[in-house]
Amino acid sequence: MSLFEVLQSLISDYTIRTVALGSATLGIVSGALGAFAVLRRQSLLGDAISHTALPGVALAFLLTGSRLPLTLMIGAGIAGWIGTLAVMAIVRRSRIKQDSALGMVLAVFFGIGLVLMTYVQRTPDAGKAGLDKFLFGQASTLMTRDVWTMGSIAGVALIVLFLFWKEFKLLAFDQEFGTSMGFPMRIIDILLTTLLVAAIIVGLQTVGVVLMSAMVVAPAAAARQWTDRLGLMVVLSALFGALAGVSGAVLSSLTDRLPTGPTIVLCISAVVLLSFLFAPNRGLVYNWLHGFRKRRNLAMDSVLLDLLELADQHGSRRHPHSPDALRSMSGNPLAVDKTLAELHQLGWVVRTEPGLWRLTAEGELQANRRLQELEVTR
Amino acid sequence: MNQTASDNALEVRDLTVAYHEKPVLWDIDLTVPKGILMAVVGPNGAGKTTLIKSVLGLLKPAAGQVSIFGRSYETSRPLVGYVPQRGSVDWDFPTCVLDVVLMGRYGSLGWIKRPGKADRDLAVQALGKVGMDKLASRQISQLSGGQQQRVFLARALVQQAELYFMDEPFQGVDAKTERAIIDILKELRSSGKTVLVVHHDLQTVPEYFDWVTLLNVRCIASGPVTDVFTEQNLRTAYGGRVAFKSQIAAGTEAEP
Amino acid sequence: MNNAQIEIQLIAVIVAAACAIPGVFLVLRRMALLSDAISHAILLGIVLAFFVVQDLTSPFLIIAAAATGLLTVYLVEMLNRSKLVREDAAIGLVFPVLFSIGVILISRFAGDVHLDIDAVLLGELAFAPFSRFEIAGTDLGPRALWLMGGILIINLTLIIVFFKELKLVSFDPGLASALGVSPVAIHYLLMSQVSVTAVGAFDAVGSVLVVALMIAPPATAYLLTDSLPRMIVYSVLIGMAGALSGYWVAHSLDVSIAGCMAGMSGVLFAVAFALAPRRGLLAQALRRRRQKWEFAIAMLVIHLFTHEDLPEAESECRVDHLTEHLAWSESFARQVVERTVDSDSAVLEGPLLRLTDSGRAMAREAIVSWAPQG
Repeated sequence: MSLFEVLQSLISDYTIRTVALGSATLGIVSGALGAFAVLRRQSLLGDAISHTALPGVALAFLLTGSRLPLTLMIGAGIAGWIGTLAVMAIVRRSRIKQDSALGMVLAVFFGIGLVLMTYVQRTPDAGKAGLDKFLFGQASTLMTRDVWTMGSIAGVALIVLFLFWKEFKLLAFDQEFGTSMGFPMRIIDILLTTLLVAAIIVGLQTVGVVLMSAMVVAPAAAARQWTDRLGLMVVLSALFGALAGVSGAVLSSLTDRLPTGPTIVLCISAVVLLSFLFAPNRGLVYNWLHGFRKRRNLAMDSVLLDLLELADQHGSRRHPHSPDALRSMSGNPLAVDKTLAELHQLGWVVRTEPGLWRLTAEGELQANRRLQELEVTR
Repeated sequence: MNQTASDNALEVRDLTVAYHEKPVLWDIDLTVPKGILMAVVGPNGAGKTTLIKSVLGLLKPAAGQVSIFGRSYETSRPLVGYVPQRGSVDWDFPTCVLDVVLMGRYGSLGWIKRPGKADRDLAVQALGKVGMDKLASRQISQLSGGQQQRVFLARALVQQAELYFMDEPFQGVDAKTERAIIDILKELRSSGKTVLVVHHDLQTVPEYFDWVTLLNVRCIASGPVTDVFTEQNLRTAYGGRVAFKSQIAAGTEAEP
Repeated sequence: MNNAQIEIQLIAVIVAAACAIPGVFLVLRRMALLSDAISHAILLGIVLAFFVVQDLTSPFLIIAAAATGLLTVYLVEMLNRSKLVREDAAIGLVFPVLFSIGVILISRFAGDVHLDIDAVLLGELAFAPFSRFEIAGTDLGPRALWLMGGILIINLTLIIVFFKELKLVSFDPGLASALGVSPVAIHYLLMSQVSVTAVGAFDAVGSVLVVALMIAPPATAYLLTDSLPRMIVYSVLIGMAGALSGYWVAHSLDVSIAGCMAGMSGVLFAVAFALAPRRGLLAQALRRRRQKWEFAIAMLVIHLFTHEDLPEAESECRVDHLTEHLAWSESFARQVVERTVDSDSAVLEGPLLRLTDSGRAMAREAIVSWAPQG
């Protein structure tokens, strides 16, 4: 299928359009809230919340017999919330550390969820309850009413995030300072965590409980590489989440036997990889190139300064010197010839006779400028 | 003496703070008059930070009362500014210098409302005072230790408080920053503000501060530097653990 | 109980024991979530190795899967070192990718791989007895029993041989390197154990529930003891108890065995969390209550002691003055006074409280123990 056909079906095909809208919604809200989770070093709280949501989904179905997305999401939300509270209680009230508490709550709740799922599957009228899709997600089952439910929850979460932006920023950066100014930081913390729970349950049906945590961590980790501003980071994170959500979900619903959750995860991970490599200032490629340029500039500066010093020693700026003399002064003797060639290209040094170099007038100017810079910074 | 309560910026009565059964601060009585620069000194684990935090309501004391300008902390909160330890936050957080300083305005803004032009002007002004106005838009991870401390100081300045608590503002800063901070402290004092500083360097106490509190779980002594910064008090506060340069004590020991 | 049931229980117990041993060190070293990452990532190793050898019982699968586990650990460390993200985010980035690739490969080639998504998440403990270990036509029992038994023995041996090193590295990595024990080597030894154990347990309980068996029993044991050898023994026993009770719950409700094992480990933790002798919620609440009164009584006797025989004693030692001086509420102050008098530390003389000799001794003792060291 060509890109054009995909785009065409995005606009015309009802199912594809629904899937795209739903996954864009989940990407935006999990990306935005995920930014805060990552900054607060709570990346794996998302993992715990999404896994603990599973028994909530199954119980909601068992208790109400309803397959309405809102019912299941409320069940998931309550269970996710209880899981979070359990983690907090364990960490506060015992010597068990955060990592163990998260891992244990995640796996135990998930185990209970699976037990309930096998139970649901045995009940006669619920054989096709369709709860399976909550494991790895199934975008193609999204219907208009699902998208409406997701959109409403996401909308409320984003509005609250916008309203309490200042308070959430304070919480993430300096909680104690917030308390000292009279903000009830505990309540703000609970509010933000509730929004994270909301963001996660919005995505459960599409991405699944097992991999939803990636939609919390990955967009934010990618966005952080591109910007140093919180606002922009949250917006970028939401955009990356939406991009990966839509492309993964559409790809998966157009292809046979391509589970949605894992596909979305691979899409967002590609974004992360590109960001790690190519983001300016922080990206690995950028740093590698930058480091290279920096090393080269340093080498050029040091040869220039060495030539200036040699010239001063001989009392004449026109006196040429051999690369050997420069090598003996340089910290990196092997690079001297190469650096001289580069300086020659710039017209800062000139070869007076084979194997002898001196500064040009421009080179002398440059060398003196470097010398001054060094003195200022010293 | 016929002092009314509101002549004092801070009054702490019988403050005890305990972790489990052992007190970290025990029966502290402390009176801080208005308009002074006070150093709080004492050995590690003496409870200096605990004192500030429990006065600010960040820790719950086991017993005791705190009043600020004669009223409870809850009511006097807008009059209080706070400079926490520099290491207490993540300096890799994605934000810029001006934004951090603006956080000092959040308290007076209250819920939901965002800082406006007036707040921004105040923040720029405060950054100017600490010599950081040119770095207003810089990402905070690119700051040196001294610059970080100046940002925190500017954030406290825009709180426009009457009473400031500063937790080790001189910790790990360069000499220039130390000078700048002390100039600002003196300026605050001359405009009638009160500043309480947790301080580590005993040698600079007489030079920088006019009042001092010696703390070691209990309040050993508190008063004008010339009266209480004596070798004997220091020995009581620090026990045998710290060898004093005798000139500190000699230079400041008051007449018997 | 038929033969298969006994075999299933035996496998369950051995899986739980084998998981609990490396789990102890994961919990102590605050690396519990690496087990989550590893247990997910090994799926990719299993699938890829299966494509090569086309045999789900090949030992090559275990090696390949364990290698994927170590790769995960290495990738997390690399990301962490790059300073691009922090460790928690690094874990959360790495394993979903590897796991996703594994799941997609299984779904795409579902017909060719005898693995399905249910097996990945739940394991197939109920079917474990069907896969037999045979030598020269003689049935030696279920294959899983031999495999997990072997892993258990390896884990036990490694723990015994490297006990000192593991302990040192867990509690003081700095000292360990100074003494010539490489924390990196011990770290990877432990991670290899976690990987191999996770692969072995994968068949039985699936990828997510391995985490419950590795973390919950050691966390429970951590609430019960301070000694490392005891913690290991308790973890193994608690893991086994969770496995057995889980099996019977599953049996009676006819639901997933692995899920019930995880659930029961959680229940055992919850019981310990609430009722553990010294660290349980109940014990903590009782202790806090006792400490509150002890502390208040100590404050009171010290107060009386410091004002005894002084001119202001008349006012400072009055009962009705205590609320003001110690900033206690009236009813709290009254109760403290009652308890102090009950303990014979002080006597009431009209409105005045006077210390007894034992009260004086108590005050002196409290002053010494409260005073700052130095």
